[in-house]
Amino acid sequence: MTTIRFKLNGAEMSIDADPDQTLLSALRETQGLRGTHFGCGAGECGACCVLVGDHAVTSCDTPLWSAADKEITTIEGLGTAERPHPLQRAFIAEQAMQCGYCVPGILISAAALLRQNPSPTETEVRAALDRNLCRCAAQNRMVRAVLRAASELAAS
Amino acid sequence: MNTGSPPPQLPMSLAANPRLSSWVKVGPDGRVAISPGKVEIGQGIVTALAQIAADELDLDIGRIEMIRASTVASPNEGVTSGSLSIQQSGRALRHVCAEVRQLFLAAASDRLGVEMSSLAIADGIIAGPGNVSTSYWELAHDVPLDRDATAESVAKSAEARSLAGHSVQRIDIPDKVFARPRFIHDRPLPGVLHGRVLRPGISGAKLVALDEEAARAVPDLVAIARDGSFAGILSATEDGAEAALNALRKGAQWSAGEALPDEDNLAGFLKSQPVETTVIDTRTSAGARPAVRTVRRQFIRPYIAHASIAPSCAMAQWDGDRVQVWTHSQGVYLLRADLALVLKLPVENIVVEHMEGAGCYGHNAADDVALDAVLLARAADGRPVRVQWSRHDEMSHAPFGAAMAIEIEADLDGDDDIVGWRHEIWSNGHAARPGRAAQPTLLAATEIANPYPRMISSNPPAANGGGGDRNSVPLYELPAWTITSHRLLTMPVRTSALRTLGGQGNVFAIESLLDEIAALRGEDPVEFRLRHLRDERAKDVIRAAARRGAWKPQKRTGIGHGVGFARYKNTGAYCAAIAEIEGAEDIRVRKLTLAVDVGEAINPDGVINQIEGGAIQATSWVLKERVRFDRSRIISTSWTDYPILTFSEVPAVDVEIIQRPEVAPVGAGEAAHGPVTAAIANAVFDCLGVRVCELPITRDRIIAAMELAP
Repeated sequence: MTTIRFKLNGAEMSIDADPDQTLLSALRETQGLRGTHFGCGAGECGACCVLVGDHAVTSCDTPLWSAADKEITTIEGLGTAERPHPLQRAFIAEQAMQCGYCVPGILISAAALLRQNPSPTETEVRAALDRNLCRCAAQNRMVRAVLRAASELAAS
Repeated sequence: MNTGSPPPQLPMSLAANPRLSSWVKVGPDGRVAISPGKVEIGQGIVTALAQIAADELDLDIGRIEMIRASTVASPNEGVTSGSLSIQQSGRALRHVCAEVRQLFLAAASDRLGVEMSSLAIADGIIAGPGNVSTSYWELAHDVPLDRDATAESVAKSAEARSLAGHSVQRIDIPDKVFARPRFIHDRPLPGVLHGRVLRPGISGAKLVALDEEAARAVPDLVAIARDGSFAGILSATEDGAEAALNALRKGAQWSAGEALPDEDNLAGFLKSQPVETTVIDTRTSAGARPAVRTVRRQFIRPYIAHASIAPSCAMAQWDGDRVQVWTHSQGVYLLRADLALVLKLPVENIVVEHMEGAGCYGHNAADDVALDAVLLARAADGRPVRVQWSRHDEMSHAPFGAAMAIEIEADLDGDDDIVGWRHEIWSNGHAARPGRAAQPTLLAATEIANPYPRMISSNPPAANGGGGDRNSVPLYELPAWTITSHRLLTMPVRTSALRTLGGQGNVFAIESLLDEIAALRGEDPVEFRLRHLRDERAKDVIRAAARRGAWKPQKRTGIGHGVGFARYKNTGAYCAAIAEIEGAEDIRVRKLTLAVDVGEAINPDGVINQIEGGAIQATSWVLKERVRFDRSRIISTSWTDYPILTFSEVPAVDVEIIQRPEVAPVGAGEAAHGPVTAAIANAVFDCLGVRVCELPITRDRIIAAMELAP
C-alpha cells in the first residue's frame, strides 16, 4: 500500500492503495465513480478514457501510481445535468448514441481535443476519436455533436 | 354466408398477455407506468413505446415511467429480436392504451354526469362542458385494470396522434451523458462478490486437473467453485477476482479439444458436412424461354462476432432454493426457462430481471454469463455475485453469426434475360437461443459435471423470416426458381442469432449476381431492378435512393458506385442503398445514401439512427470483419485481432424515410445490412471491374479476384 495524492474532478484526493492497481479500478471500485467504463482492459477501445491533465488516457491500462500529483477528470467531473459541459448538451441535441456505453470515453476524448484545439475540423475530430470504438455505429452523430459543441464554445 | 369483415383480433403479444394491468398502471400521483415485455438494447425502443402509450392516453411523455422487464410481472413477449418490438410490443401497447383511455372516459362520464362523447383528455386531465373535470389520477382507484383486453377497442387514427411520427428525444440519453447509472455493469448490489469463470483457450477442451493452491493464496479470495469442467472464483474485490483467475489458470490442465475448420476454406468445410436440406421455395413457369447459358457464382460470408463494446455481465443471488438474476438478456422468460433446466428447479423459483447492457446485435454472451453468475453464486452463502466476462472470452466464447456459402445459378436466354434461378445455401443454423428447446443452450451447461451436449443451431421457420434462408427468396419477378437451404448438423464453431441472420449473406449474393447480369446486358442496374419488381413500395425506395444519390454519377477513375436493395425478411422494412467508394489499394467507403420505408415511422430520428448504425456496422462487416481461428482455437480475441471500423473510416450516411402513417409500423434495426453490403460490393465492381464474392472485401481478396479475372 502506498499513499497516492492527486486531484480528482477538482477535489484533492489522498488514497492508500496498491500503486499497480489500474486507475480504472481505483475510480470505479475505490471511488465509486462508475461512469468510466471497462471495455477491453488493454487500452484498445477507449471506453475507459479519463482526462489526465488535458489528455485523454485509457484508464484500464494506466497504473494508479502514474496519476500521482496529476489532475484527473472523469465523466462525472465533466459536467452535470444542472451544469452540463457543452459536449454533453450537444450529445443530447444530436441524439448522438445508440446504447451509450462508449459515450463517457468519447466525451472525454472530445473534451481533450477541444482543450487542445478549440475549433477542430471534421477530419481532426475523427482523428481525435479514432482510439474510441463505437460498435452501434453512431460515429457521425458524435462528430456532429463535437463540432456543435466547438462552435458553441467559440460563440461564448 | 358471412360477407362481413372478420371479427377484430387482439395483437399477438396482447393475446398472449391480455391483462391490461400487466401493461399499464395508473398511479394517483400523476405517473403512468408502462411495462412492455421488450427491452432496451441500445435501439431506443423504450422511447418509441413511451411515445405510442403517451399518444393513445393523451399524456405528456414526461409522465410515463418505462418499467424494465422482469419475470415477476412483465408481459411475456419472448425475445427482443428480429426488428419486431414496434410490431409486437408497439401494437399491443397501442391497443391496451386505447382501451384504458376508454375505461377512464367511461368512469369520468359517470362521475361528472357528462356524455362520454363530450369529454376530452389533455395530459391526463379529463374535461367536459361547463368546466367540469377530473383526471386519470383522481380516477385511478375507480378504474380497475385487472381485467383482460377486449378485441373491440379502437386506437386513434394516424392524424389524431401527436407524438408518433415525431422525433421525440430519447428518454435514456440524459442519464448516459451525465453518467447516471443505467448499465448493469455500473449497478453492483450492496455486498456484492466478484466472480470470474475459467474458460479454455482450446475450443471444446475439458478441464482435466486443477491445482487451486496459487489461487487460494490471492488476497480477497472468497471461494473457488468447481462443477466438472466449469470452474471459477469468487472474490471480495474485482482486482482480486482477476488475480485469482490468473492464478487458477496457471493451475489448469485441459484436454485436447475439437478440431476447427480451415478458415481459408470455409466453403469447402461448409459443403462437406452432414446437412439437413430444405427446399425453401420453388416456382416454375410453363412459358419460360429456353436457357442459352448459365452463370454460376459462389458467395461466402465468414463468421462474424457480435463484439459488443461491453463484455457481458450478470448478477445473481440465492436465497435457499430460490435465485434472483439480473441480466441484459434479450428475453428474461426464455433465459429463466433455460436456467430452470440446468438447475433442475421449477421456473417459479427463479426471478429474472432485465438491466441495460451495451448495444446488443443478437444472441451474444448475455445469457451465458447469467448462468455463470447463478452457478458461482451457489458458493456465495447468499451474497450477490457479479460476473463480468473478459474481452478475450467475449470474442471467443460468445456465439458468432454463422458463416455461409451461397451458390447461385442463373439461367439466361439469348437476350441475357433471367429465365431460371437456383439459390443454394450451406450454413450452420442461425439460432440457438435459450428457452426454446428441451435442452439448455447456455455455455456453462456444456461444462458442468453432468453436461448437456452443445445445442446445434437451428433455423427459425420461414413464417418467422427463416434463418440461413432469410431473404433468399428473391423479391424480383423471375420466371422460375428453386431455393434450397442446407443446415449443418455439426457445429465446431458456436453460432447463433446475429443481426439479419442469413439476410446479409443472401442479399449480398442475390444483389451481386443481379448486378453482374445487368452489366452483362449493358443495362443500368437501377433500371434493371425496377423492371423486375412489381411491389410499388420496393420501387419507391429504390427510386428515392437513386434520386437522393444522384444516380448515376459520372464515371471517374478510382471512384465506384453501386446499388443494393432488400425488403428485410421479405415482410419487414424496405431499404435501398447507394454506395460511393474509393478504390485504390484498399477500399474506402465515402458515402452511403439510403431510402427506407418502415410504414409508420414512430420516431423518425430513431429510425434514421438505426439505419445509419446498420449501414455503418455493415460497412465494418464488409471491409474488415472475420472471426479468425487456427485448427484448435479462436485467435481473434482482441480489438487488434478483430478490428472494426474507426471514426476516420466511417462513411458519410444520408437517409431518407418514406413516411407512411397509414401503414402498420415495422422495425428498422436490420434493414440496412443486406442492401449496404451489396451496394459496396457492386461499387467495388464499378470501380475496379472485378467481383469480390467472398467477404470481407480486403486488399488480398481484391488481388485474388483480379488474378482470377479473364
